[in-house]
Formats: sequence, structure tokens, C-alpha cells
Amino acid sequence: MKKCEEVSKQLIAYLDRRANSAERHEVEEHLAACSACHERAEDFRKLWGVLDEVPLVEPSLGFDARIRARIAEEPRRGWLGWLVPQPRLAFAMALLLALSVWMAKLPREANVAGNEQDFEAIKDLGVLENYDVLSKFDALSEVPVEAVPADQQAQPVNQGGDQQPATEE
Amino acid sequence: MEHTQTLQLYGTAGVRYNVEAMTRSDVQLMLDVKAGDEASFNLLLQKYRTPLVNFLYRMVRNTAQAEDLAQEVFLRVYRARKQYSPSAKFTTWLFRIATNLALNSLRDNRYRQMDVSIDAPVEEDAAPLQLRSRELRVDEQMMERDRSEFIRRAIAALPEKQRVAVLLHKYEEMDYGEIAKILECSESALKSLLFRAYETLRVQLAPLVSQSVANRAREGRPS
Repeated sequence: MKKCEEVSKQLIAYLDRRANSAERHEVEEHLAACSACHERAEDFRKLWGVLDEVPLVEPSLGFDARIRARIAEEPRRGWLGWLVPQPRLAFAMALLLALSVWMAKLPREANVAGNEQDFEAIKDLGVLENYDVLSKFDALSEVPVEAVPADQQAQPVNQGGDQQPATEE
Repeated sequence: MEHTQTLQLYGTAGVRYNVEAMTRSDVQLMLDVKAGDEASFNLLLQKYRTPLVNFLYRMVRNTAQAEDLAQEVFLRVYRARKQYSPSAKFTTWLFRIATNLALNSLRDNRYRQMDVSIDAPVEEDAAPLQLRSRELRVDEQMMERDRSEFIRRAIAALPEKQRVAVLLHKYEEMDYGEIAKILECSESALKSLLFRAYETLRVQLAPLVSQSVANRAREGRPS
């Protein structure tokens, strides 16, 4: 047989006739053997009769009129409402738009800074291409020149871009 | 959308039945409201205003506040009509909104009272609104009013969750699954909650229980 504590969970469903047949059988078996629970079950039945004594209250006469007036005050959705059916969606779209504008603006500033750095790095490259600077550069005089033929040693560097390969005459 | 004329029938206890509201399910009515049919909203309003006002009155014990809260519940239902999907019973949704509003209101009242004075009396209605029977003598009315008030106070003294459970079970006759959804608990937990609530009421209302039994015995009626 079930204990009082276990039956207490089933007791309300038993009394309001919502318990299934197995539960009903278990509770009936317990109530037949336990006088305390039997008395409690009887008290619950009487208690429900007492609770029914509380009279109903009726809403005031103007209740419906008030709610209809409040509904009439509710804003109606215009054409924008059909385009954007939900305020949350509209907010999310606006946020996304603002974010994309900000993101589009951000890399352009970074590019400008990068271009300036690149220019600083290459602006002196023209100096290295200048023959006079290279010919008078002391460090170059220490480079061994044995492999270079004598006729090519005296030949000046053609800077025009139309340099032809040296041929033996 | 057109509707047939609403018929009103009166039952044996003088309860007014709305035939149209009864023939169409709540879910169907709400789906019609969603489609833009204001008349269906009025049918839901007629069907649920009294149960809702009574539930809220038993929760907050103030008629004006109960009506204001009931208005707010209907307004929220109307505002949410476009998002409505019939995933649960309409009453589950309706009373869930009502329960949340009532509990918030009770908490707000409690904080407001703490601001004013710790000893300030609870602002409750001195007397219930209308008594069902108008044929009772004055002394009988007073006795009945006292009894009703005694019962109301006992229910109001229950912890909030137990109170909601008792009101929905006893007065709205909801099934366990529905009440469990409203209270966001399991059915097993709800059954324990209900047992504890009725056990408390049994003790609190013991004089009335024994009195009603004695009266019935005196009148020769079975208990």
C-alpha cells in the first residue's frame, strides 16, 4: 500500500475525478486503510463546497466601452507597416544599415594611412637609380671586377632603356 | 467578415450564454481576430471578461484594480493578435497574461506600501460587489458577506503560486496540464502545490467547514 505522502499527490485528482482508474484504485485502497487521509479527503470535499459560497463579481457597465475606446486609440499601421511588419525587424535592419555604413567608412581611412607609409618608404628609390650616386659610392669600389671584360668596364650605363647587349666586333 | 446575429440564451441559473461564441472555438475566434475581424474580439471579450475580472479580483482583492488589469489583459491580447499562433489553448495564453500582470501588480503594491508605511493597511475592498441572492434578509446578507470575506481572506493569504493554482483549479476548472503551463511547472509539482494549498485552506477555514456540515445536518441535507 502507498504511503500517505505519496497518496497526497493523487488525492486532489481523485477527488475532482480526473485521476485515471489505476490512480483511483490506489487512492481508494489507501483511504480504506488510513483514517487520517480518509478524514482529510472528506474535509477537502466540504472545503470545496465552502469555496463555492464566494459570490461572483460582475465587471462594471462601462467595461466593454472602456476597452473598445482603448483599442480605438491603438495606432493603425500605415503603408510602412506593411513594408516592415515588425518593429524589432525594423530596428535590426536600421542597425545593420548603420553598421555597414560604419564598416564601409573604416577601411578607407586605413588605406590612406597605408599609402602614406608606402610613399615614405619608396620616395628615395630614385636616388639608387642615379648613376652618379652609384659610381661615387665608396662601398662599390671594393667589389672585385676580375670577371668583367675590359671593353665592358669602360662602357657607360645606358639609362634610356634602349640598351643593346654588348657584342664583339 | 460577416457574422450571423449573436443569440443570447439564458440557462436555468440565469447565466447568459452566447451561442455564437460557443459554436466557434476560442482558437478560431482568435484566428479571426488575427485576420482583422473586430467582432470576434468582442465575442472573446464577452466570454471572458467576467471570469477574468473574478480571477483578478481574487488575486488582488480590489475591484477597480482588477478591472484595470483585465482591461490590460484584453489590450495585450489585441496587440499580440498578429503574432498569435494556436500552439496552446487560448485560455492558457489569456490566464498566463492575467497571472503575470496580477503577480506584478501585487509586487508593485507591496513596494508602494513599504514606501508609505510598514504598518499601512492593505487597500482592499471593504465589501464584495454584488451578492448573487438579492432575497436574503439584512442579517443573513451580513452573515453571508462575512463568510465570503473570511473565505476570500483565507485564499488571499495563500502564497502567490498556490493562490493562482487554487483559483484556476477551483474556479476556472482548468485541467492540470493547462495550469502547469501557466505556472511554468510540472504537473506533478502542481499536484503537490494544490495539495498544500487545500491543506492550508482546510485548516484556515475549519470553522466554516464544520459550520456548513452542521447547517446541512440541521436542514436534513446530506453533506
